[in-house]
Amino acid sequence: MLSGMLETGLILRALMRNKIGALLIALQIALTMTIIVNAIFMIQDRQTQMLRSSGVDEENTFYLTNTIFGQDYNIQSALQTDLNTLRNTPGVVDAIQINAIPLSGGGWSSGVQTEAGEDKDTIGTAIYMVDDHAINALGLELIAGENFKDTDIQWRKSGQSTWPNKVIVTKALALSLFPDDWNSALGKTVFISQNQTIQIIGILKQLQAPWNGWDGVERSMLIPFHMESKGSRLFIRTEPETRDQLMPQIEKMLAESDKGRIIRRMRTMEETRERSYQRHNATNKILTTVVITLTIITGFGIVGLAIFSINRRTKQIGTRRALGATRWQIMRYFMVENLLISSLGIVIGCIGAVSLNMWLVKTFNLAPINIGLVLFGVVTLLVVGQLAVLYPARKASLISPATATRTV
Amino acid sequence: MFTYYLRLAWISIIRHWGLSLVMVCAIGLGIGAAMTTITVNYLMSANPIPHKSEQLFFVQLDSWDVNEPFDEGVNPPDQLTYTDSTNLMKATKAFRQNVQAQAYGVIEPEDADLLPISVTARANSADFFVMFDVPFIYGSSWSAQADIGKEQVIVLSKKINEQIFGGENSVGKTVKFDSNIFKVIGVIDHWQPKPRFYDISTGAFNESEDVFVPFSLIAEEKIRRSGNTNCWKPSGDGMAAFLAGECIWTQFWVELRNEQEKQDYMTFLNAYVEEQKQYGRFERPLNNRLSNVMEWLEKQEVVADDARMIMAMSFMFLTVCLLNTVGLLLAKFLGKAPEIGLRQALGASKATLFSQYIIESACIGFAGGLLGLGLSFLGLIGIESLYGEYMQGLATLDMPMMILAIVMALVCTIIAGLYPTWRACNISPAQQLKNQ
Repeated sequence: MLSGMLETGLILRALMRNKIGALLIALQIALTMTIIVNAIFMIQDRQTQMLRSSGVDEENTFYLTNTIFGQDYNIQSALQTDLNTLRNTPGVVDAIQINAIPLSGGGWSSGVQTEAGEDKDTIGTAIYMVDDHAINALGLELIAGENFKDTDIQWRKSGQSTWPNKVIVTKALALSLFPDDWNSALGKTVFISQNQTIQIIGILKQLQAPWNGWDGVERSMLIPFHMESKGSRLFIRTEPETRDQLMPQIEKMLAESDKGRIIRRMRTMEETRERSYQRHNATNKILTTVVITLTIITGFGIVGLAIFSINRRTKQIGTRRALGATRWQIMRYFMVENLLISSLGIVIGCIGAVSLNMWLVKTFNLAPINIGLVLFGVVTLLVVGQLAVLYPARKASLISPATATRTV
Repeated sequence: MFTYYLRLAWISIIRHWGLSLVMVCAIGLGIGAAMTTITVNYLMSANPIPHKSEQLFFVQLDSWDVNEPFDEGVNPPDQLTYTDSTNLMKATKAFRQNVQAQAYGVIEPEDADLLPISVTARANSADFFVMFDVPFIYGSSWSAQADIGKEQVIVLSKKINEQIFGGENSVGKTVKFDSNIFKVIGVIDHWQPKPRFYDISTGAFNESEDVFVPFSLIAEEKIRRSGNTNCWKPSGDGMAAFLAGECIWTQFWVELRNEQEKQDYMTFLNAYVEEQKQYGRFERPLNNRLSNVMEWLEKQEVVADDARMIMAMSFMFLTVCLLNTVGLLLAKFLGKAPEIGLRQALGASKATLFSQYIIESACIGFAGGLLGLGLSFLGLIGIESLYGEYMQGLATLDMPMMILAIVMALVCTIIAGLYPTWRACNISPAQQLKNQ
């Protein structure tokens, strides 16, 4: 114990002779720690966002855009024909017309309020215009109340400003409207467009809005509307593992059944998720590369400097060996030396990591970092330092005691 | 002397090839990372129309809800209502002005064998083309008269002209757009401002449109509009009610040639809003803005947070690489102490030694710079494939960027080499010779 402390003192004194060299490594370790701790934090933050469920049965669903251009086109009957055909196609679980797709980035939103009037607080929510097949077609879970009846579905003209009087909301929206108890939202009448009444007849477990970066992403609402519009989307859910096979068939069938429209942009929900989080994914990959490369560079820096310091001290090492130091003692010397330098670096690195995080919180509205991650950084860099110094230290321990007797 | 030092540097670099390699790699990686992120940020913040970005102004009027101000009252709404943009258009108080909105539709080729084409469109007024310097291959823009007369004219992009007319001069021909017959009046060359400054409300790096049609046809319901629409007050049913409502979905740009014109226009805007207040509109305090192209892009934060954050990280990354290099150079130069002592004893001056070692650092820097350049090419390819469409055309190195990479590598390494070199030059020759 005592000898250990004595040795540490000796190493410290030796280090003080080459202050700058040691300081350079310490700074490098400090910056590396600052960066990797924050980078890993950002990676985790994105990962949590990406792991959220959209509430939709993503594996077995896809959608397509139906653009009508023909003149004197009967939109209402065409939609009914399409929905009937789709719903009766073998392998199709259900199909609906919908105005927007979860996670796709484009959609409708509106404000809902518990009191009528221009000056009352509103809560923003995503609007999905669908019919009574929506819960089945999207694969949603109704946790309270009931579904629409087919008689609830109204036709919405383009530019229409009035709403049907029944809606189904997500649990998150119910909770925003009635913060005390989401369950109490059932049956309540709330207001849309400032003073039109709508009644909440059902509550969904989850259905995300089209915008993944929105802080109200969990707030959405089903409205019993069929749209009499020249551009709309059809959303289709299939039996498990038949989706990829059915997609081209359905596209062909729809395109050929009616020449007054274009069927385009057919896309699976899985692809939509991928596109929706493409930037998150890309940024995460870049950050991961940064973390790995940086650790390697710092490791190599430690190796390079250790080799040089050992080469310079070949004679002294030989002398110590000749005076009876064991190989292990020589190795230990360099490992303790690295430990001291790393510790200094890590202390500075902790301050750096927290400061950088504070700046990121201020500039980019990131969340504050957790302590566990800082501890992880401490351990990682200690291990990297020790591993990096292992090879040079072993090389030093192999220096023959006879070296002491040679000149240069 | 210079070539002699270069030779010495070469010998020294080869002798310690392992160490040199680590240094070159470190600098290369640092420069590669920094250059990749600088390029992305540089292209994102590029001026899309440099020669007149100071004369083009985006107009903002605060027509929003007095109870719930737009953007919590920090900025006025980012688009205009139809009422306001058409009023400003009629007033023609600016040198030039244009109103625009995003639209879409379907073109049915006359040739029955060809499939209908779904196209993106911009509904704009005549001065759009001259204000934004849109290059024409055939024909020209429509006239202001065509806007007023609601003429069914269309300007095609090069791509669409190739698809429908095989790329030939189609001026005077007609196309069936959303079941209406439009006369082709012009074909433009490839035109893709980056960022697409004239409308960033639907994505600053989106592609420019396939066709251009008169804005006035929206009210006639001959054109289907799309794009961001934001209303604070419910409007009634039907197109006329929607147009008269408090919904923002149009963009309005003016061209003002000097400070005087800008001030005059601002005075006009303020007077306009005061007048509208009499009709019970514009209940919020006067809050009108004129932003030139670069001011507008900055306000709308076109450079993504991710890009800025990664750039900050890459600079820290470069710093680590340079610290690494300083440490390794220091070790290397101090390792040569005996040789330096000997040379000093033989009469080499400090200046000589200094230039020799600085040249050696610079050589390593140059090699690192070349490696960095290669890595940033790879980095940009990687970024383009990772981010997909979003980064299309934002990941290319131009000449100034390549020169910057090399210069940055040289400067960084020389700075990194200063301290080690200074230490090497201050080695006492007597001490070294004694040890030998």
